[in-house]
Amino acid sequence: MKLNRLAVIAVVGLCLSFPAAVWAKPVTINWWHAMRSARGKVVDTMIQKFNESQSEYVVVGTNKGDYDEVMNAGVAAFRAKKQPHILQVFEVGTQTMMQSGAIYPVYKLMADAGYKIDWSNYLQAVLSYYMDADGNLMSMPFNSSTPIMYYNVSMFEKAGIPLLSKTEPITWDQLGEITKKLVDSGVAPAGMVSAWQSWIQIENYSAIHNIPFASKDNGYGGLDCELLINNPKVISHIEMLKQWAADKRFMYGGQKYQGPKSEFIAQNAAIYMDSVSGIAKLKEAVKDFKWDAAPLPVEAWMKKPQNSIIGGASLWVLNGHSKKEYEGVAAFLKFLADNEMQMYWHKETGYFPITLNAYDELKKEGYYKENPLQTVGIDQLNRAIPTKISRGLRLGYFVQIRNIINEELEQVWNGTKTPKQALDNAAERSNIQLQTFAKTYK
Amino acid sequence: MLKRSTFKSSYLPYLLILPQVIVTLTFFYWPAVQGLIQSFLLSDPFGQSSKFVWFYNYKEIFTDPLYLRSILTTFIFSIAVASVSITLGLFIATMANRALKATALVRTLLIWPYAVAPAISGVLWLFLLHPSYGIVALGIKAWLGIDWNPVLKGTDAMAMITMASAWKQISYNFVFFMAGLQAIPKSLIEAAAIDGASPFTRFWTITFPLLSPTFFFLSVMNIIYSFFETFGVIHTVTQGGPGGSTNILVYKVYQDGFVGLNLGSSSAQSVVLMTLIVVITFLQFRYVEKKVQYTG
Repeated sequence: MKLNRLAVIAVVGLCLSFPAAVWAKPVTINWWHAMRSARGKVVDTMIQKFNESQSEYVVVGTNKGDYDEVMNAGVAAFRAKKQPHILQVFEVGTQTMMQSGAIYPVYKLMADAGYKIDWSNYLQAVLSYYMDADGNLMSMPFNSSTPIMYYNVSMFEKAGIPLLSKTEPITWDQLGEITKKLVDSGVAPAGMVSAWQSWIQIENYSAIHNIPFASKDNGYGGLDCELLINNPKVISHIEMLKQWAADKRFMYGGQKYQGPKSEFIAQNAAIYMDSVSGIAKLKEAVKDFKWDAAPLPVEAWMKKPQNSIIGGASLWVLNGHSKKEYEGVAAFLKFLADNEMQMYWHKETGYFPITLNAYDELKKEGYYKENPLQTVGIDQLNRAIPTKISRGLRLGYFVQIRNIINEELEQVWNGTKTPKQALDNAAERSNIQLQTFAKTYK
Repeated sequence: MLKRSTFKSSYLPYLLILPQVIVTLTFFYWPAVQGLIQSFLLSDPFGQSSKFVWFYNYKEIFTDPLYLRSILTTFIFSIAVASVSITLGLFIATMANRALKATALVRTLLIWPYAVAPAISGVLWLFLLHPSYGIVALGIKAWLGIDWNPVLKGTDAMAMITMASAWKQISYNFVFFMAGLQAIPKSLIEAAAIDGASPFTRFWTITFPLLSPTFFFLSVMNIIYSFFETFGVIHTVTQGGPGGSTNILVYKVYQDGFVGLNLGSSSAQSVVLMTLIVVITFLQFRYVEKKVQYTG
């Protein structure tokens, strides 16, 4: 008996002490991501295609939960020296990743592996979010979206309002009139709802109108930056929304997208601002009315509106692996950026193709004629060359900052604070977070 | 009539408690010490650099008005949850203790909600009380004319998470009160009844004092429950909102540490949380337990 058990332990021990790589020939590349259900399947298909396309490397994709869980898993694994090669991190984690000292910048990885990549062929509004101050790409954009405005066509028709253009944004004043008509005529119980209020009503509002969100070029220029959201323009935007809330032209539906989305689907609100990834969700959920999408509104004084900014996640390559493995990583990233994969990704998930090539190819194919909704976000993203202000945000503890903004805005909507007080407090509290972040990395 | 066993060998008792000690050391003391150390550091999440900053993290949280408010919120919430669930648990137990048909079935059904995980309980209540798709919420708005809106109003949100958290705890309290009630000798109550004591007097002068150990135990358990285990409810129902009005301490620890990756601040917060719960439990044992009568 005893001898048997010892033998088993010895065999198990032997198996554990030899990594599988000794026997298996192809090099394994681990990729931890947050893509589940439908998107997860798309990711699995892409991995499978890569593995079938060559025999040197095998990519293994693992879903580690939500964005925050994936990031945590990555952090824990890095500390235990068991990190994957590729980690998908949401856009708000960009600064933390950049400062981490745990990454192999993508521009360097690609150059070291001998790939000459024409970065100008990529969507600049997407790339710029993940570049350092010198314009070097730190992580590979993967899933990128941007907010647009959905509206209830049936309600518009009933209230006699002309439908909106898919390319030319209306002004906020016009939206005010439209929502007034909708509410006053009794067609809609409320005018508009907005998902992700910090991302859409403050971050994107600032980018579109070229208003700095934070000092030092929105944080690209250094860790010692401060929030500038308590500026007169943003304050007056929130004041306007607060006024709209009083006469039901605006309705607060919650911090994330679930609440606002259900208000739109239940026809409690005629207009709904959310990410382009809402297209798929609405297609599935809306059965009893017609809807369409338009770019986000722009203030009348903004003659040439800037690009909107993206949300989503990018792929970070982590330190601590062999050269051979990194060659595999580079090959895989290259493969993902190929036209075929990008077009597949875009069609299946609605996230943007990251190269202009893929975009042009889709256009040629007539894809956008059949799916005109998909152009709204891309056009809005590409309508201008990103400025230092509209290219993105680079803030430490951005998760907490968004939380703070959410909390303060909610106090505006429930009447506890004035917009100015709330934005002042939000900036003040966020600045403490930014200082702590800077202190950590000094 | 306590039975006492004595062990002759000196190592056996230690050996017997060893597994428990190991579990406690690994899953409580070790992380607690790690947290304590981390609370004095500012470190990046990947552990590449960390700096000893003395009480910087503590200073930060105690100068943050929202953190102080979060402490207050936690107390309000835990007192509300404990009192609602203990009162209702006792009420239902007294009712169910009386002889009725299908006692076993009724009891089983009443115990059921305890098996529901807090997160599930949260989702259930969300479906009932969400202002735009909650069935009950629509009723409240339409028939009672109350402008119920937990998405926007802090007090409504607090009421909602209190209900969701207290609901499943009622079952837990019910079980213990039930056991407590059955341990009370019938003869005492019958004697009081013969002496002409009303049901209420009987309850107040006999049942209630004899239940005091159960009360004491449940008050400790319920407070601890509302401090920690209600995380799932908060996470699914309000995520601490609106405007931070339901952001209890344990949720803030999670948000700052797990989601926001500010490990120093999060550790400092968990040390404060641990201290609070130690102090509260100590106070309960020191002052409340004196009033408890353990034997009839």
